[in-house]
Amino acid sequence: MNTLTRENRNGDRAQTEQFVAPPVNVMEADNGYTLEVEMPGVNKDGLDVSVENNELTIVGRRSLPIVEGTLIHHESRPENFRRTLELDPSIDANKISAKVEQGLVTLTLPKAEHVKPRKITIS
Amino acid sequence: MTLIRYQTAELTPWSAADRWSNLRDDLNSFFELPFRSNFARTGQLFSGWSPALDLYQSNDNVVAVVELPGMRKEDIEISLHDGTLTISGERKRESNSHGEKAERTERYVGTFRRSIALPTRVDADKVSATYRNGILTVTLPKAEEVKPKQIQVS
Repeated sequence: MNTLTRENRNGDRAQTEQFVAPPVNVMEADNGYTLEVEMPGVNKDGLDVSVENNELTIVGRRSLPIVEGTLIHHESRPENFRRTLELDPSIDANKISAKVEQGLVTLTLPKAEHVKPRKITIS
Repeated sequence: MTLIRYQTAELTPWSAADRWSNLRDDLNSFFELPFRSNFARTGQLFSGWSPALDLYQSNDNVVAVVELPGMRKEDIEISLHDGTLTISGERKRESNSHGEKAERTERYVGTFRRSIALPTRVDADKVSATYRNGILTVTLPKAEEVKPKQIQVS
């Protein structure tokens, strides 16, 4: 039941663009999963979420502030973000939704109706 | 040392097997990434959250750019003291009141503090800051006396 937590970083090595893997939190509730992915500098336009072969891929391309002057101390990385996670079979891939707020991407992955816990009343 | 950015939070409820696979992933990704000696950050390896900070200098300004994804504006504090800029803040743990179970916890919660010595004197009264797309930009105008000046030959 926890395949969502298994990740695939070795997807396609042939790609030329370099990405960094952003930190992610995964929370599970009865009706679905919530993912939080840190992508500073990424807004709605730079975000790309796709599902293929039961794998969820989140790509974030940054639009960084343009600063005048010379860089005298440098810690940030220039690469864009990418993270791939395997979807748990209970997730309804058609109902995944995403939003981005202050560089934090929140994805909502609802479970399919038939796997949600149901209370059966005894008549 | 770029490995620090992929350091996972310590208090995670993973099983031993998951831990190993994560360690392996982390090592793999470490070798995949271009090397970059970033000694400034290794000193903070054990203090938890250390957001990346860039500093720019132009004729008129010194600008600090800090990556702070998912913060609330009110939780960021900027101070200037004796030529040192300090940016600190706290990311609060969100209450898990909806019966949610954490499957993976890589994001830091808690406090951070970054200090950097400014290369030149700045006008403390004119410092401004913006927070957009999870990036904090602090603009510190240089003090008049340190700005480069063109002197006309008369």
